[in-house]
Amino acid sequence: MSDSTSQESLDPNVRQTAAEIATGDRTDTLLQTDELVKTFGGFTATDSVDFSVEAGELRCLIGPNGAGKSTLLKLITGTLSATDGSVYYDGHEITELAPNERVSRGISMKFQVPSVYGDLSVRENARLPIQQFADGDERERRVQAAIDAAGLTGHEDDEASTLSHGQQQQLEISMAASLEPDLLLLDEPVAGLSVDERAEIADRITTLNREEGIAFIVIEHDTDFVAEIADKVTVLHKGDIFREGSIEEIESDPAVKRIYLGTDEDSGGDGQ
Amino acid sequence: MAAESPAADSRSAPAAIARLRNRLEGPNTIGNSRWFWVGFALVLAVLVAIPIVGSGTGGQFSLFLVLGLLGLSLSFVWGYAGILSFGQTVFFGVGAYTFGVVSINFPSPTGITGAVVAGTVAGAGLAALLGYFMFYGGVRDVYVTIITLVSTLVALTFMAQTAGSEWTIGEAALGGFNGMPGMPLFTLGIEGLFSFQFVYNEYEVFIPLLGTRVFDPFYYLVLVLLVAAYLGLRVLVNMDFGRVLVAIREDEDRTMMFGYDVERAKLVAFTIGGGLAGLSGVLYAARNVYIDPSVFELYFATLPVVWVSVGGRKSLLGAVAATIAVEYLRLSLGGEFALVAVGALLLLSILFLPGGVVPWVDGKIARSRLVASDGDSPGGPAEVSDS
Repeated sequence: MSDSTSQESLDPNVRQTAAEIATGDRTDTLLQTDELVKTFGGFTATDSVDFSVEAGELRCLIGPNGAGKSTLLKLITGTLSATDGSVYYDGHEITELAPNERVSRGISMKFQVPSVYGDLSVRENARLPIQQFADGDERERRVQAAIDAAGLTGHEDDEASTLSHGQQQQLEISMAASLEPDLLLLDEPVAGLSVDERAEIADRITTLNREEGIAFIVIEHDTDFVAEIADKVTVLHKGDIFREGSIEEIESDPAVKRIYLGTDEDSGGDGQ
Repeated sequence: MAAESPAADSRSAPAAIARLRNRLEGPNTIGNSRWFWVGFALVLAVLVAIPIVGSGTGGQFSLFLVLGLLGLSLSFVWGYAGILSFGQTVFFGVGAYTFGVVSINFPSPTGITGAVVAGTVAGAGLAALLGYFMFYGGVRDVYVTIITLVSTLVALTFMAQTAGSEWTIGEAALGGFNGMPGMPLFTLGIEGLFSFQFVYNEYEVFIPLLGTRVFDPFYYLVLVLLVAAYLGLRVLVNMDFGRVLVAIREDEDRTMMFGYDVERAKLVAFTIGGGLAGLSGVLYAARNVYIDPSVFELYFATLPVVWVSVGGRKSLLGAVAATIAVEYLRLSLGGEFALVAVGALLLLSILFLPGGVVPWVDGKIARSRLVASDGDSPGGPAEVSDS
């Protein structure tokens, strides 16, 4: 959905990423945060976070409770406004954009708790994001495709509230993906799911990533799931980036183990 | 659609009815079957017959229908967009006062017709102004309810102190608690071309079998406007826009993350609701040829919430039916006892039928169909494409 090339020469907010400045080349950096700060009263939820994601990358965000993971996602989507710092998407600053404007640029999100519309049918749910850009037969085709992709064929007229937790997660991922985003944010997509449902979600995410080129930022506590899907893992701790690397590097890092087990002397933070 | 003659087919009466039903029906409205429309036609026939059969009752019933428009406006705003406005009466009152001021200053048929438009626009305009600051200011949920309630109480306080001669707009004295008398009789048209007086113009018609009956044109005007507003809102809530409103009602943040401008959608819905409430106020003032600040009082502000709660806020029809029923009850009981009865009705509704009477009846019918068809589809809402 992003279309930066036609605007770059006109948009005063277009900037090079830190990596571009360092190397003198354009990179495929899709999202970058620049010293992003969010405070709630006296509590700092994210503390000068410099975080970036490449186009088509599948990134997992992990960290202890209160590390600032969900806050970071909300700052990226605009559902929370930053206290300080900037968010750049596709080379354009989006810090001041409303959430719906960020969606139109190509950012989509699935919330932690399944946020399907319980009173509406599966078809009505699937139709809602699609009706913005498709009409008539094309709309119906896309709606059915989204339902099929969620594995809900035959459940079109069921109320969404009657679906299982896993089916609701699948439906919501379908709804978010039907906006054809370049970046899809998933907040704990497999929390509370069975092993089979977890495998289905993992398969869904990797399929969307590899076949449709959608970049992902996935918050997840389940390290087995992270190991299954992630290209790269970022560990957040006390509102800042603690480590970044492959899942093997992260898992073998004793400092990461310490903050997860709470034995690190600095790990007593609380937060969002 | 028949492939051989699509043009002829699309012009045929059944195809036209199917298209009309496609517009009027959908998952966001109760009543999506042929039997519903048969019942609707029967009720409409009864409403048409009321002033004819019960000669002289049209006057009082016209008030119920006028208030039905106010109930409808709240049902749309609260039931569909999820905005509980406790101050729909501020738009109602402002519409009524605007109509009074404009019609007193321009008492010709053209002026009065313009006053109807001015009153409706004033209601919508005030809603747009208030809604803009609320929704774009991040005000949500119960705070919207409080602000709208306070708005109507502020209007009450303000209008109550307008008894002095300095509170005169042209020829129209606002009159404080004495109200604003002296409005011209409600006559619509264009001066010199055509005009028709709708109030205090009851005339006798002879109907075979029934004999001579009194015909109240104002009643029928209000009935037409109410039916048009009801059908118009049905079309609106079953369009893409209506789906977005329902989505906002269910989960505002989720809807925002689907790319929708939630604030703008709520503002549009709130403005439409304000316009309908304003039109209701216009008709109220036109019927009574008078308006006073009591329309801004807390008791009156509570009534639309009672009507819509009892009827079912997610049912446009329920709101209208409950408005007529509760107002009939209030009028029949009269005095302080009516207050107690209305309060008790609200409590009973919240305790035992929190979704309201009409959605409860609809659910019962759907379940009985499900049982009758032994597990087959209950004939739920037809899927509608408004493309």
